[in-house]
Amino acid sequence: MNIPRLGAVRTGFEVKTYFRRTDEVFFTFLFPVMMLTIFATAFSSMTMPGGISASEYYLPAMVASGVLISGMQGLGIDVATERLDGTLKRYAGTPLPQGAYFLGKLGKVVVTGIAQALLLVLIAAVAFRVGLPSDPARWLTFAWVLILGLVTCGWLGIALARLPKTVKSTTAVVLPFVLILQFISGVYLPFSQLPTWLQNFAALFPLKWLAQGMRSAFLPDSWASVEPAGAWELGTVALVIAAWLVIGAVLTRLTFRWIVKS
Amino acid sequence: MASSAPVIEVANLSKSYGDVQAVRDISFTIDPGESVAILGPNGAGKTTTIEILEGYRTKSGGSVRVLGIDPEKAGANWRAKIGIVLQQPGAFEEVTITELLNQVAAYYPHPRPVSETIAAVGLTPQAETRLAKLSGGQRRRVDVALGIIGDPQVLFLDEPTTGFDPEARREFWDLIRSLTAEGTTILLTTHYLDEAEHLSDRAIVIAHGTLIADCPLPELGGPEARTPLVRWQDDDGPHEVRTEDPGQVVYDLHGSRQYRDLEVIRPGLEDIYLSLLRAANGSDVTNVASSQEAS
Repeated sequence: MNIPRLGAVRTGFEVKTYFRRTDEVFFTFLFPVMMLTIFATAFSSMTMPGGISASEYYLPAMVASGVLISGMQGLGIDVATERLDGTLKRYAGTPLPQGAYFLGKLGKVVVTGIAQALLLVLIAAVAFRVGLPSDPARWLTFAWVLILGLVTCGWLGIALARLPKTVKSTTAVVLPFVLILQFISGVYLPFSQLPTWLQNFAALFPLKWLAQGMRSAFLPDSWASVEPAGAWELGTVALVIAAWLVIGAVLTRLTFRWIVKS
Repeated sequence: MASSAPVIEVANLSKSYGDVQAVRDISFTIDPGESVAILGPNGAGKTTTIEILEGYRTKSGGSVRVLGIDPEKAGANWRAKIGIVLQQPGAFEEVTITELLNQVAAYYPHPRPVSETIAAVGLTPQAETRLAKLSGGQRRRVDVALGIIGDPQVLFLDEPTTGFDPEARREFWDLIRSLTAEGTTILLTTHYLDEAEHLSDRAIVIAHGTLIADCPLPELGGPEARTPLVRWQDDDGPHEVRTEDPGQVVYDLHGSRQYRDLEVIRPGLEDIYLSLLRAANGSDVTNVASSQEAS
């Protein structure tokens, strides 16, 4: 079987199904857009660290948040539900290779995640008058951090989908990981205002680096001095996110089964 | 496919869950083109047996071959040749029948044409309807369509008509019979005697995990089970005589002594089946298995 071709077929099916699920469109696709709107509106009179506006600060933060939600939360709930409602049992009875299934899930995350990030950029620019970078190098940074982040968070979501034990508990099990990471990684709260020990703890996980990478794409270079290291550290950004990609893929390889044969 | 080697070979199959022995020492073979029902009460071990054949469960002992391969170790090539009809509501709600079958057909090397498959299960008018909007019976037909889309050599169905109304069952049976006519080997589980009678050349009866009969349904229980029964009561209590000539027994009875509650019974299939199960409920299961010779 041709796994890349089947992966493309699966991606088309996944994306179609995704946009037909109203709950998914609302809580996965549009959620960061709503959060950006709320933060930009609620804090419109506030000045953020580094002397920028709330909407300027929250654009890269919500793009990073969207990557985490699309990948980890989206697939964590989706794959766990398919495991528990018998969908995977059906696939187990067909010749569909697991590799093509994973490609379809990751393909969905990349396609919907890119659309989500572009929608966020568009709304920030049009509704909140956030100035967009003109330097192509910054858009290149945006692109690689986005795609690397989506694939990494996608693998972590598939790995996380192993944990829930009933369909009803999937959201309750997956959500805390996603929420806590967002609070400690400089997505909802400015990272520079967190205590150093919490900053150090958050630096173990990919979201802090994703958010930092996105800030490097959208915020002025002078803002780098607000980062804990006083620099964007793009090398470390790539390294940590890629390390989590490997961890997610290996965990999935070790733990994923169509069905547990008893 | 040129050979006529058995499609399914099960020898001394057993399966335990912890201390519970769900299947004990079951053996049978199924030849190409046969349609066979595994019949038995709830909890008899039917689903365990068929799921071992489908590759969904591991066996504890014995050997199993489906299309010459142990399902536990089978890969994608094997799965391309078998079809499974699962009983699972809830999946694929958001897509239409055509979209779903187009998708799943892509997994198989030689799928049946999608529109032809939809027509075969009688869902052409609903082809562009999302699964969430289908009735229970229509959903079941989608399950069958998913089972046959890969053009399988063997089709497994686990209690396919549970929860159907009588009309839907009739239509479903017609569908399965049309697959048999096309030469598909079919193994289904059911606890309905009439379903086994309509769909199968042969019934394998399982009770308490043990095979108690394997024969064409009209031969179930052997010739003795079909022998008429004469029953009556007298002052000594109830009497029962099995005889080929119930008229003579009644005649003698009438001439010779007092009797009441006289009955002549010609056992029907259901009586035979139920008496088989009753016999199996007693500890001595092996005697009943003599009906295997009938096949």
